[in-house]
Amino acid sequence: MTSMSASPSTHPSVHPGAGEPLLSVRDLRVTFQRQGQEPFEAVQGVSFDVRPGQTVGLVGESGCGKSVTSLAIMGLLPKHGNHVSGTVDYEGTNLLTLSDQEMRDKRGKDIAMVFQDPLSSLNPVVPIGIQVTEVLERHRGLSRKAATPVARDLLDRVGIPDPDRRLKDYPHQLSGGMRQRALIAIALACKPRLLIADEPTTALDVTIQAQILALLKELVQDTGTALVMITHDLGVIAGLCDEVNVLYGGRIVERGERHELFAQPRHPYTHGLLASIPRLDAPRGQRLQPIPGSVSDNLPWTHACAFAPRCSQPIEVCTQVMPELEEQHGRALRCHNPVEGHR
Amino acid sequence: MLRFIIRRMIQMVGVVVVLSLLVFLWLRSLPGGTVSAILGEKATPERRAALEKALGLDQPIYVQYWQFAKRALHGDFGASTKVLPGTDAFDLFMQRFPATIELSIVAIILAVGLGIPLGYMAARRHNSLFDNGSIVASLVGVAVPVFFLAFLLKYYFAIKLHWLPVSGRQSAGLGATHTTGFFVLDGLLTREYDAAWDAIKHLILPSLALATIPFAVIFRITRASVLEVLDEDYVRTAESKGLTSRVIRGRHVLHNALLPVVTTIGLQTGGLLVGAILTERVFNFGGIGDTVAQAFEQRDYGVLQVCILMAAITFVVVNLLVDIAYAVIDPRVRTR
Repeated sequence: MTSMSASPSTHPSVHPGAGEPLLSVRDLRVTFQRQGQEPFEAVQGVSFDVRPGQTVGLVGESGCGKSVTSLAIMGLLPKHGNHVSGTVDYEGTNLLTLSDQEMRDKRGKDIAMVFQDPLSSLNPVVPIGIQVTEVLERHRGLSRKAATPVARDLLDRVGIPDPDRRLKDYPHQLSGGMRQRALIAIALACKPRLLIADEPTTALDVTIQAQILALLKELVQDTGTALVMITHDLGVIAGLCDEVNVLYGGRIVERGERHELFAQPRHPYTHGLLASIPRLDAPRGQRLQPIPGSVSDNLPWTHACAFAPRCSQPIEVCTQVMPELEEQHGRALRCHNPVEGHR
Repeated sequence: MLRFIIRRMIQMVGVVVVLSLLVFLWLRSLPGGTVSAILGEKATPERRAALEKALGLDQPIYVQYWQFAKRALHGDFGASTKVLPGTDAFDLFMQRFPATIELSIVAIILAVGLGIPLGYMAARRHNSLFDNGSIVASLVGVAVPVFFLAFLLKYYFAIKLHWLPVSGRQSAGLGATHTTGFFVLDGLLTREYDAAWDAIKHLILPSLALATIPFAVIFRITRASVLEVLDEDYVRTAESKGLTSRVIRGRHVLHNALLPVVTTIGLQTGGLLVGAILTERVFNFGGIGDTVAQAFEQRDYGVLQVCILMAAITFVVVNLLVDIAYAVIDPRVRTR
C-alpha cells in the first residue's frame, strides 16, 4: 500500500456508476480495408459509457470485435488499412480527432492498457525496471534515477516479491503471473483514470488468474480507476464488473447491470453463453449446452439478426429485419424474440 | 558473461588447430609441390631428393605437420620463395595485413552505416516505392560480381572522370611517414593530414566495391527483421504507454531487430576477406587479398600458409567478437 493509494486527492472516491461518463463511446465503427479483399466491418456501431470508478465488461467470442474496439479507443490500430468512425469522448474530448502527438500524451497517462499475453507484451531485451520507469520518465517528467524508487514501489504494490532485484531482471526471468503483475504495474504507473484490460488472464494458469483478478479489483477500487474489462470468460465478469456489454458480430446485443444480467439473461446469445458454463451445483449427468455453429455462420446485420442461424429460438422476422438495440430500465437488448423468465 | 567468453575462447583454440591441419594438408595435396616450385619441373631426381631432405619433406606427413605447428606457434612460417623472395613469410603478412584491415573496416562501416538505416526506413515504408526500389537495388548489388563492379567504378570515377586515384594505397610522391601500417591512421598520428586525405581517396572506390554485397545483405536482413518486430506485442505495449517515437524506435524496435543483423555482420565481415582478393587485385591494393592471389599463382607455399591461416583466425576472432556483442545486446543469451 504505497504510492498508488497515497493520493486520494487526484481520485475522489466516487460511487461506481455515478456522475458524468468518463468515457463515452458512440457509434464506433471499424472497417478493415485490406488490399484485394472486400472491406470488413469488424465493429459496427458500438456505443457504451464508462463512469469514473466503474468497471465495465465487454464480453463475446473471438472475432466479435471486442479487442478491435479497445484498440480503436486507444488509437492503436494501424492507420493503414483501417477506417475508424464514430466518437470516443474521454472527459469531453473526442479521442478520434486528436493528432498522433496529442494521443501519445494521453496514452499511458490518462488511459492505459493491459494486454493478453504477458510474455510477448514485454520487451525481452529491456530490464523490467526500465519498462516501468520509461513511462514515468515520459509522462511525469522524472529522471531515470528519480523514477526508479517509484518503479520499485509499484512492483511492490502489485505483489512482486523482492522488487529491488526484479527491477534488474528481464521478462524471461519472471513467471507468467509475475509478468502480468509487472504489466499491470506499468499500466498503473501514471495513475490513469481509465484502464483497459484485454483478456488479462487468458494466458495464465487458473490459480494465477484468480490472483490477478483480485489484484486488478483491489487496485481499481483503491485508486478509483475506471476499468474496461475485455473477456470471453463470464466468470471474470461475474467477479469484477458493474455493468456488462455482450457483443456479437461487432454489435452490442445486450447490456445490463451484472446481477440482473446473470439472473435474467434476455438475449438467447447471453443465455447460451451462461448455459455453456459448467456449474458445480448442476444435477449430475446434466450435459453442457454449447451454442451450435460458429461466428462464420453469421448473417449480415443489415437485414437480419446475425445470430439467427445459431439461435435456439429464431422466429421468421429474425432473418428478415435487423433488430434494433432497445433500452429499458437501464438494460439494453437487441432481439426480436427474447428469452422470458429467470434462469 | 566471463564464463561465456572463456568457453568461446577455448572453442576457438580447437577451431584454429583443425584449421591449421586443413590448410597444411590442402597445400600439400596441390599438384606440383614445393620442390617443383623452387627447382622447376625439369630438375634431376637427385637434386629433388636432396632438396626434399633439406626441407624435411621426406619425413612422414604427421612429423611434417608437427614441425610446421611447432614453428608456426613461434610465428615462423619460413621464408617467401616467390612473392618477395627471402623475406620472412610472417613479416610479409604483417606488412600487408593492415591494408586489408583498413579496407575491410571502411567497407563494413559503409555497409552497416547505410544498410541498417535504409533497412529500417524500407520496413517503416513497407510496400512503398522506396521499399520496392531498394529491394531491387539490393538484389542488383548482390548479383553483380565484385570484380566487375570494381572495374566499372575504376573505369568511370578514376580513368574517365579523374575524380579518384586509379590504384594503390597512397600517391607515391608524398613521402608519407608510416608507423602502424594503417595509412589513414598514420597520416592522422603524424599530422600529415594531406597524406591521410590521400589515403582516404585511395580507399573510396575499393571500399565501395567491397561493401556492395555486405550492404545488400545487411539491408535485407534489417528490413525483414524490423518488419517482424513491428508486429510484436511489445511494440504495441510501448505504443500503449504513449512513449515518444524516438524511444520506441531505438529501445523497442531496433534493439530487438538488430539481433539477427549482428550475426549477419559477423558472417559478412568474414566474407570481406574473400571479396578483398578480387577488389585488391583490381585496384592493386597490396593487401592480403592481393598477396594471396600472387602467392597462389607463383606457388609460394610459405606465404599462402600464413595468409590463409591468419585469415581464418581473423574470421574466428571476428565471430567471437560478434558472439560477445550478441550476448551484450540479448540478455537471454547472457542470463540463462
